[in-house]
Amino acid sequence: MHDRVRQEQGQPPRLLLAEGHYTLYGDWTTAYLKQWLDLQPTLIKPPSTDLQLLTDAMDSNGAMAFIRIFGEQQSHWPQGLTAAQKQLLHLVLQQRETDIPDIKKPNWLADIGLRFTRLGGYAQQLLAFIGQLFTALFTLLHNPRRFKLKLFLDVIQRDGLHAVPLIALLSFLLGAVIAWQGGLQLKTYGANVFIVELVALTHLRELGPLITAILVAGRSGSAYAAQLATMNINQEILALRSLGQNPFDWLVLPKLLGLLVALPLLTLLADISGLVGGSLVAQLQLEINPTLFWQRLSQEVSVAHFFIGLIKAPIFALVIVSVGCMQGMLASGGADAVGVRTTRSVVQGVFLVIIIDAIFSVIFSDVS
Amino acid sequence: MPSNRFPIVELTNITTQFGTQVIHQNLNLSIQRGERLAIVGGSGTGKSVLLSEIALLKKPQAGSVALFGQNTQTITNPALIQLRKKMGIMFQQGALFTSLNLLENIMLPLREHQRLPESFLKELAMLKIKLVGLPANAATKLPQELSGGMLKRAAVARALALDPNLLLLDEPTAGLDPASASAFDEMLLELHATMDLTLILVTHDLDSLWQVSNQVAFLGDKQVLCKAPMAALTEHPHPAIKHYFANSRAAGAQMRGIEVKQAGVKQV
Repeated sequence: MHDRVRQEQGQPPRLLLAEGHYTLYGDWTTAYLKQWLDLQPTLIKPPSTDLQLLTDAMDSNGAMAFIRIFGEQQSHWPQGLTAAQKQLLHLVLQQRETDIPDIKKPNWLADIGLRFTRLGGYAQQLLAFIGQLFTALFTLLHNPRRFKLKLFLDVIQRDGLHAVPLIALLSFLLGAVIAWQGGLQLKTYGANVFIVELVALTHLRELGPLITAILVAGRSGSAYAAQLATMNINQEILALRSLGQNPFDWLVLPKLLGLLVALPLLTLLADISGLVGGSLVAQLQLEINPTLFWQRLSQEVSVAHFFIGLIKAPIFALVIVSVGCMQGMLASGGADAVGVRTTRSVVQGVFLVIIIDAIFSVIFSDVS
Repeated sequence: MPSNRFPIVELTNITTQFGTQVIHQNLNLSIQRGERLAIVGGSGTGKSVLLSEIALLKKPQAGSVALFGQNTQTITNPALIQLRKKMGIMFQQGALFTSLNLLENIMLPLREHQRLPESFLKELAMLKIKLVGLPANAATKLPQELSGGMLKRAAVARALALDPNLLLLDEPTAGLDPASASAFDEMLLELHATMDLTLILVTHDLDSLWQVSNQVAFLGDKQVLCKAPMAALTEHPHPAIKHYFANSRAAGAQMRGIEVKQAGVKQV
């Protein structure tokens, strides 16, 4: 029983001097690696051949520490090693590899260069992917039987219907905030009634479609990337291909077509709830009652503004699906890649959405 | 050494169930230090579950698991961590961290264990890579860049990082070609001979059973039906055991196993 307890607890390193002889106690095991290395300065002071070793446990990590302290020369080793311990030390000596390969990393200048060349690569990747997407789309038009209706409806439900509360609430708040800030300025000029134009123009033309696309890019684009990246790493996409199926038919086109339907509808919802938010603030802050608000809206604000906003939605849908699915399909490696690709899908998706929105603003600046 | 004769693993009256499905009922198993135990049994008999219970990764619904003579039910958290350091586990899929290269995978437990010089950590990790028979240039590779056979060895190397006394392996040779599987078995025997290891492996590989194990625990009827050396187990009268070994693959493995053992005797 005593042996058993000792075995469990192990023996820490100790150096004892008795009758002019040094005796070294303790286990050469993983548990005491640090203690042994800390003891090294005192251990190498006495000639090691005068050192008597009294140990009954040694493992391979401990043997490495032993060699690190006493060197590779067996003649420099202390006395008292058992045959088994010597055998282990020889095995470790034989297998020891001091030349540890290093990973080559580019220096900072090369790293910057690399990142810039990659930037061009991203654009090329995206264009190539959109090309593939359209090829698949035209093939589908030739062969409508390959259309996956269930997956398409799934997308409308998950990425359209389930996003309704979020988008309704956020665009309501956005409309209210714009009305509030604008109303403060208008009030000082006594131009209270222009709040209708202010809210309608900013929200219908710009903010409604933009906030919807950004939310969907964050909510659904990232999900597409993560799903496809995981499938890619698990070789599921290869499996689809091996079964004679075009992965685009299963994984990309239903998402694209689904979002082409869902995103304009969500944009419409965002427009309406933004206007409701605006009219509410108009009543509270500027005492413009809702009847007046909606009447003026129909009289003074051209329906063109609404269509200019709505026309961007399908293009945003294309961008979100392409970026998300492309990032997913490019994933390779392990769990890390899923994270990296998901991040990239959101960053690139939101970036492109805002850029495209800016381009549209310039193009349609004359239409009013 | 007589002090080593207490069982390194002792399972008493283990009951495991998933929902209403009972996997183990009052299962008992005792494993001595230095044993090379294979756990076998048909599909769904709870071999891998038993292994994860030994590894303290899953708690059985009833019964006690004692490791290194310590009951793990009443154990304190620091003692549990000490206990885990004495166990190495090789998971079926390797479960190496995909964001770290092989050397970093092995250094991770060592680095968390004690504050040691970086160069020493690297040397220790490198030693493990060499001990499992991998080339030095595998060290900087990511797990997904390794072949199936190399991945299995790499998983063992990480399991050995802290020089455990108990090495648990879940289907170590599954998915390997016969030559690699046989080389892997030899590596396990070498490690066992040099490193004071107790091996517990779940396996379906009959060649491994003959080559590696000196004891085989056969699971069936929610119990350990029999724990015996392979040669004795094949003679066992229980119908489940008979059925398991009564096929042409088993006979072939037995022939090869006997040949290997005879060849070994001749060399000695």
